[in-house]
Amino acid sequence: MKKKLALLMAAVFMLSSLAAVSGCAKKDSGKILIGGLAPLTGEIAVYGNSVKNAATMAFDEINAAGGVLGKQIDYKVYDEKGDPSEAINAYNKLMDEKMVALLGDVTSKPSIAVAELAAKDGILMLTPTASAPDVTKPGSNIFRVCFLDPFQGAAMATFAANSLKAKTVAVLYNTSDDYSQGLAASFKAQAETLGLTVINYEGYGADDKDFKSQLTKIASSSPDALFVPDYYAKDALIATQARGAGITAPILGADGWDGVLTSVDASNISVLNDVYFSNHYSVQDTSEKVKAFVKNYTAKFGEAPNALAALAYDAAYMMADVLKTAGSTDSKALIKAMAAIKYEGVTGTIQYAGSGDPVKSVTIIRIVDGKYNFFDKVTPK
Amino acid sequence: MQNIPARTLDDLLVLEDKRMVDFIQQLINGLQIGSIYALVALGYTMVYGIVKLINFAHGDVIMIGSYVAITTIPLLAAFGAPSWLCIIASVLFCAFLGFMIEAVAYRPLRNAPRLCSIITAIGMSLFLENLAMLVFSPNPRPVPRIFSTKPIMVGGIQFTFNTLLTIIVSVSLMVAIQFFVKNSKTGRAMRAVSEDFGAAKLMGINVNRTISLTFAIGSGLAAFGSVFYSSTYPLVEPMMGSMLGLKAFIAAVLGGIGIIPGAIIGGLIMGVAESLTKAYINSQLADAVVFGILIVVLLVKPSGILGKNTKEKV
Amino acid sequence: MTKKTLKSYAVNLIAVMLLYGTMVYLSESGVLSRYYSGILVLVCINIMLAVSLNLTTGCLGQIALGHAGFMSIGAYTAALFTKWLDLSGAAGYLGYFGGLILGGLLAAVFGFIIGLPALRLKGDYLAIITLGFGEIIRAIIENMQFTGGAQGLRSIEQFSTLPVASGICIISVGLLTALMRSRHGRAILSIREDDIASEAAGINNTYYRTMAFTIAAFFAGVAGGVYAHYIGILGAKNFNFSKSVEIIIIVVLGGLGSFTGSIVAAILLTILPELLRDFENYRMLVYSIALILIMIFKPSGIFGRYEFSLTRAITYWVDVFKGKRKPFAALRSRNNKETED
Repeated sequence: MKKKLALLMAAVFMLSSLAAVSGCAKKDSGKILIGGLAPLTGEIAVYGNSVKNAATMAFDEINAAGGVLGKQIDYKVYDEKGDPSEAINAYNKLMDEKMVALLGDVTSKPSIAVAELAAKDGILMLTPTASAPDVTKPGSNIFRVCFLDPFQGAAMATFAANSLKAKTVAVLYNTSDDYSQGLAASFKAQAETLGLTVINYEGYGADDKDFKSQLTKIASSSPDALFVPDYYAKDALIATQARGAGITAPILGADGWDGVLTSVDASNISVLNDVYFSNHYSVQDTSEKVKAFVKNYTAKFGEAPNALAALAYDAAYMMADVLKTAGSTDSKALIKAMAAIKYEGVTGTIQYAGSGDPVKSVTIIRIVDGKYNFFDKVTPK
Repeated sequence: MQNIPARTLDDLLVLEDKRMVDFIQQLINGLQIGSIYALVALGYTMVYGIVKLINFAHGDVIMIGSYVAITTIPLLAAFGAPSWLCIIASVLFCAFLGFMIEAVAYRPLRNAPRLCSIITAIGMSLFLENLAMLVFSPNPRPVPRIFSTKPIMVGGIQFTFNTLLTIIVSVSLMVAIQFFVKNSKTGRAMRAVSEDFGAAKLMGINVNRTISLTFAIGSGLAAFGSVFYSSTYPLVEPMMGSMLGLKAFIAAVLGGIGIIPGAIIGGLIMGVAESLTKAYINSQLADAVVFGILIVVLLVKPSGILGKNTKEKV
Repeated sequence: MTKKTLKSYAVNLIAVMLLYGTMVYLSESGVLSRYYSGILVLVCINIMLAVSLNLTTGCLGQIALGHAGFMSIGAYTAALFTKWLDLSGAAGYLGYFGGLILGGLLAAVFGFIIGLPALRLKGDYLAIITLGFGEIIRAIIENMQFTGGAQGLRSIEQFSTLPVASGICIISVGLLTALMRSRHGRAILSIREDDIASEAAGINNTYYRTMAFTIAAFFAGVAGGVYAHYIGILGAKNFNFSKSVEIIIIVVLGGLGSFTGSIVAAILLTILPELLRDFENYRMLVYSIALILIMIFKPSGIFGRYEFSLTRAITYWVDVFKGKRKPFAALRSRNNKETED
C-alpha cells in the first residue's frame, strides 16, 4: 500500500513538472511583453488589484490606439502574494518569458528584492507605487513614478508648520513597518529643522489594535498636531481612539491613509474630521486628463480610482512613451529614454534628475464630513 | 514643560497630581482591555480544564462572532431595533460554532496523542481564518457604533460608557460562570470530567454532552468578548482573532490554566501590564514584554498564580 | 563497522554524488532556467527546515512552534557576517560558509537556552512557549538598529546558487539521517515512545531532549542563512508564526518521524503553489482542511514512519533480477488473500 502510494506520488510529480515545463515554452513574437508584479492575493490584495486594473486599462487604451512600434502590448501580471520570495519567483518566470520591461512591484519590500535582481539583469524596472528610498538604490535602471517617503514626511512637517501654524507635534508610528518607520523619522527630522518641538514619539506593534496608552500620553501633552504614518486600517482605529482620548488637534498622515473612509462606519465618521494627508493626486482635480481617467476607471471597475491606480495608469503610459522614444525594445535604449523622460500624467509632471526618483509635488487631501477634499499642493524647492 | 489644558482644571479635581490622574487613566485603559482578555481567557481555561486541549481556534471564534455582529446590525437597524441586540445573534452563533468544532474536529481525537490535537487545533484556526478571508475578503470592515463612545469626565479621568460597560458586564459574567460551575449540577459534572474522565463516566455523567456544553459556553462567552472588542476597536478583519487569542491564552496560563478565577485575574493583570508598559516603559517592546511574562511564569511556576503543582504518577 | 554497514555507506555515497552531480550539471549547462533553479533552491531550503523540525516534532515527539525564529537568527547572523566581510568570488564563498555555520551555531545557542528550561514542560506548554519565543525574537530584531530595524537588510550577496544550496541540503539531511540511525537517534525515539520508561531505563531525557532541540535549531539557522543569501534582502516580518506553521504543515503532511516524508512533502508543497497559481486564493484553505483530515484519519501522515533506504531498494531489485524474489510480491499476496476470502 505504501509503495503504491509512493509510486503514484512520484508519477504525479513527474507529470505535473512536465506539464509546467511544456506550458512555459510558448512565446508570442508579435507582441511586446511587459511584465507586471503585484499582490493579487493576501492581505494587501486591494492595492495589487488597483494597480493591475489601472495598468490594464491603460494598456488597453494604448493597444486600441494602434499599439507601440506597430505591435500590441501584452501586459502579463503575476501575483507575488505580498512576499519577497514569491516576487523573485514571479520575476524569474517573467525573465524566462523574455519580458521587455517590468512594471512593478507595488509595495517596497518585494520591490527591493526584485530591484537587486533587475539591477544585475540590466532590464528597465518602473515601480508605480513603491516609495521606500532603497528601491531605486540597486541600479540606475530602476525608476519609480511616486515620490519618496522621506519627501512625504518632510512635506507634512512643512505643512504642519506653515499651513497649520503648529508649534508642537506628536508622532505615533508602527515600529514593525518600514514604511511607517521611515516616514516618522523623516517627519521628525524636518520638524526639528523647522523649529517645531516633537513632544511625543510613540510606537506600536504590527498586530496592535489598542493605542489608548500611547494616546492618553499624547493627549496629556496637548500637541498642536498628531502625525500618524500608517495604512488606512490602523489609521481608522487610531483616529477613533484618539478622538475618544480627547485629542482634538488635527491628525496628519501620508498616502497610506488613502481609502480610510471605507474603514470607518458612517455612524463614526466624525472622528475623521480634521485629517490631512499627503497623496499623489486628488479625484477632484479639474484637469481634463484626470477627469477622463476618473470617469473611465469608475465606469469600468465600479469605484473611483485610488492613488495607486492613478500612479499605475501613469506608469503604463510612461512605458509606452519610452518604447516610442527608443524605437526598439533594447533595454539600454529604454533606460536612456526613461532617464530623459518628461511626462505629464494624472499624478503630475514626472521627470528624473539623475536618479530613479522623480521630482514631484505632493497633494494634500483634507477629510471633511466623510469626503476627501483637495486642500493644497506642496511643491518641492 | 507641559501645558495643562484649561478644561481639566475647571473640573472638580479630586486628585491634585496630574501624574496620578494619568496613572489612573492608564489603569482604566488596562482594565478595559484586560476584561476582554479575561472573557476570552475563560473560554480557553474551561476547555483546557476539561479536555486538556489548547483550542487554537478560540481566537478565531471571536473573529467569527464579530463578523456575525456586523452582519446582524444592519438587519436590526432595518427593523428599528437597537444595535446591541446583535450580541444575542453572536452568542448563539458562536456557541453553535464551538459545539460543531468540537464534534467535528476534536472529538475524534480525544484519545489521540497530544501532538495530534494541537495540530488539529492549529488546522482549525487556519481553516476559520482562510474561510473568513474568502467569504468576507481580507479587507478590514468598519463596525457601526454599538455602545456610546462619547467621553465622560469624572474627576479629571476620561472614559467612555463603552469602557464602563465592558468592565462591568465582563466581571459579572465571570462571577456568574464561577457560581454556575461551583453550584449547579452541570457545573459539578464539568468539574468531575476534568478531574477524572473515566470515573466521571462510571458515575453516569454523560461525558460527551458535558464537553459539548463546555465548548458551547466557552464560545458563547467569547462572543460577548467579541462584541465588546468590536465596539472598542471598530474594525473587523479575518486575522483579528489570532493575536487576541494568543494574549488571552497567555492570560489564562498566567492565572492558572483550568481555573476560572485564574482566567479573570490573569486577564486583568495582562491588560494592566500591557497598558502600563506602553505608557511608562517602552511602547515598542510591549509585545515582547507580554510574551516575556508568559515565559517567566512557565519557567517559575507553570501552574500559574492560582494553580497547584501536580506530579505525574506512573 | 560491519560489512553490511560499509556497503550501505558506499551505496548511499555514490547515490548522493550522482544526485549532486546532476544538480550541478542542470544549473551550469542552462537546461534549467533561472525560474526553475530558483524554485529548486527554495525546495532545498524547505527540505532543511522540514527535516530539522521533524527531528523535534516527529522523532522526539515535542511540538515546537517557533522554528521560524531560529531560521531568522541564522539568516540575520549569516547576512551580517558576509556584509561585514564584504568579499566576493572564491574568498566570498568561504565567508559565506563561515556565515552559515556561525548562523547555525547562534541559532543552536538560542535553541539550547530555550530548550533546556522549556522541555521540562509537557507538550502544550512547550508549544506555546516556543511560539512566544518566536514572537519575542521577531520583536527584538525589528527594534534593533544594527539589524536594520523594520527596514531590514538589503544587498546581501546572492551566494545561494543551486549547486551550493543543494550541496548544503544534501549534507544537512545526511548528517541528520546519520544522527537518527545512531545510538543517539534511538535514544531520542525512545523518549517519544514512552518518556518515563526511557528515563527509568537509564536514558538521560533532559540531555537528549535538549540535544535534539539544539541540533534542530542549528539546521534551521543554516537554512535561514541560505535563504538570506538567495533572496538578497531580509525583513523580520518574513519569519513570523505563519512561516512556522508552513513548515509544520510540510512535516505533518509528510509524516511525523519520516525524513523521506519530509523531503517529498517539502518538494511537493514548494512546487505545487507555483503550478497552481490560479488557485492561490484557496491554497491555505485546502491546506488547513488537509491538516485536519490527516490528523483525524491518518495521523502518521503520508509516509508514516517509513524511511526510504537505497540499500534496501537496490538489494530488493537485485534479488528480483537474480530470480530470488518476485517483484511486488507483497502486493500480489495481499491481492490473492482478498480473492481467497
